[in-house]
Amino acid sequence: MSDPFLSIRQVRKAFGPTVVVQEFNLDVKQGEFVSFLGPSGCGKTTMLRIVAGFEEPSAGTVNIGGKDVTALKPNQRNIGMVFQAYALFPNMTVAGNIGFGLKVAGKPATEIRSRVGEMLDLIKLQDFGNRYPYQLSGGQQQRVALARAMAPRPQVLLLDEPLSALDAKVRVSLREEIRAIQKELGITTVFVTHDQEEALSMSDRIVVMYNGCAEQVGTPFEIYNRPATRFVAGFVGTLNVIEGTITDPTAGTVSIAGGAVSVGNRVAGRKAGEAVSLALRPEAIALGRREGRDGLVKGTIREVSFLGSVIRVRVAVGEALLSLDTFNNPASPPPVAGETAEISFSSSDMLILDR
Amino acid sequence: MKQNRFWSFLFLAIGVLYFLLPLIGTFEFSLKMRRGVYSLDAYEAVIFDPRFQATFGYSVMMALATIVVGVLLVVPTAYWVRLKLPSWRPVLEFVTLLPLVIPPIVIVFGYIRLYNTSSWLPLTGTAMGTNILLMFGYVVLSLPYMYRAIDTGLRAIDVGTLTEAAQSLGAGWITIMWRVILPNVFVAVLSGAFLTFAIVIGEFVLAALLNRPAFGPYLQLIGANRAYEPAALAVIAFAITWGCMALIQVVSRFAPRPPAQPH
Ligand SMILES: Nc1ncnc2c1ncn2[C@@H]1O[C@H](COP(=O)(O)OP(=O)(O)O)[C@@H](O)[C@H]1O
Ligand SMILES: [Mg+2]
Repeated sequence: MSDPFLSIRQVRKAFGPTVVVQEFNLDVKQGEFVSFLGPSGCGKTTMLRIVAGFEEPSAGTVNIGGKDVTALKPNQRNIGMVFQAYALFPNMTVAGNIGFGLKVAGKPATEIRSRVGEMLDLIKLQDFGNRYPYQLSGGQQQRVALARAMAPRPQVLLLDEPLSALDAKVRVSLREEIRAIQKELGITTVFVTHDQEEALSMSDRIVVMYNGCAEQVGTPFEIYNRPATRFVAGFVGTLNVIEGTITDPTAGTVSIAGGAVSVGNRVAGRKAGEAVSLALRPEAIALGRREGRDGLVKGTIREVSFLGSVIRVRVAVGEALLSLDTFNNPASPPPVAGETAEISFSSSDMLILDR
Repeated sequence: MKQNRFWSFLFLAIGVLYFLLPLIGTFEFSLKMRRGVYSLDAYEAVIFDPRFQATFGYSVMMALATIVVGVLLVVPTAYWVRLKLPSWRPVLEFVTLLPLVIPPIVIVFGYIRLYNTSSWLPLTGTAMGTNILLMFGYVVLSLPYMYRAIDTGLRAIDVGTLTEAAQSLGAGWITIMWRVILPNVFVAVLSGAFLTFAIVIGEFVLAALLNRPAFGPYLQLIGANRAYEPAALAVIAFAITWGCMALIQVVSRFAPRPPAQPH
């Protein structure tokens, strides 16, 4: 692995007696897009503001480009920042906003003009240079804010829930646009969001945060399919949790309501009779028997929601209510609530939640 | 409903008469210097009086100095308190209200005691020193208006986030004040400035007791010794004040508009 470009070491932050970030470690490669994902209040913004220099960590260091910046002020760090509330300067035109950082840096007017033009092209607002922020929609303002942050060629781009204030359609198109621009410029980026779909669709890697700790760092694929903790499993995506009891730890058998499953060596070392929580994603469960699936349990269909291309079915298995998704098939009618049904899954798709 | 409207009109009319009648009377009287016909003689006499020119010029200079010092004092203070010490805002509000509660005569006697010729800072010893003292007195008198105007201006923008946006783009405090904060509260600053101007031009107590040749004491002097000229002066003073108010209205049209906020 090449040297990390942005490196956060053992950062801790407390406001008085409240610890908001603890034991935070992260290495971000040059050009990488990393998201901080977590529920509101878990410390994402605080961690981002520590990287930006707006908050001083209670302990730990932040390195950017091999240089310790922990003691530097925000205006000495060469970072670009995009805020949820856009924060464009109301007294300046779009061009004035985009050129602000370059002007502050004392760049000549001709250079500023050409860079502003480039940035306007990049955000596809070529004809908007002379407008004022109040003449723009929210999505346009946020694109200008992005261009403003990137114009001085910052080392790191930081975005704090930049899409949260926008309506759903704009949010989706703008997230694709941000990702495309980020890739084109190859800028190292940290993106804060509480929206798992945003994080999963945009990021190279995701840091799932909970209570001020980084619970798991991994690619969207890893985070979704191999959640390291119960919190990550529950927070990212929909999850069915099934409580079971270990019957034979060496053989890996677990008894659950409606049957037994084998989880291989994943409960090795634990005791027989111990309780264990198993989890399955809705898309890993199928209605009826399927070739090659070793998990099979019986249950009762409780609820059928027809969502168009997908039908979400809830099946009661013992105490648990499991959600599963099947594709709509025009040739066969959907299942009916009240029927008994068999459901199948691969035990290798099953997650074991230990903590 | 009809009834209601009748009474509102009646009270409005009484209010307007109460306010306008003395003004109209004064104006009419100021035109009567020449016997039998209306004329502008009183205005001519006043405007070509060298003492008018001297005192008015002095007060205009004092007003401008007061505005500059007041803006330099209040904008950074109000900004800093909003940004870093929000819990101090009530304290600041209270302090800036004090000049409305404490009579100027108390302020000026305090000044004279503190800065007399045998004190540690003998400002009243020289004309220039007294001018400076008077100017600071005016800054104090205009503080309630200046502070409120500017604080209202600051409330209209998201001071914290704009500051952080500017910092992340490399700006230091001076750049932030000069390029980001001041332009966005400029209209508020101007309205504070016009109010200050109106206050300083007509102020009497401080100038008289510090014995400076200002417009207020001149008004009083003429008022005590002449008939028609004081009426003309009163109308001129009113016109200046109203002119200031009208200018506030005009400049507020050119305020940078805050964009629609999210949510
Ligand atoms: N300046 C501050 N003083 C005290 N507590 C703060 C301050 N800033 C944030 N907090 C607290 O820190 C916690 C994390 O906040 P934040 O980082 O904004 O969370 P997130 O962005 O994940 O929603 C919250 O409980 C918040 O109340
Ligand atoms: Mg936040």
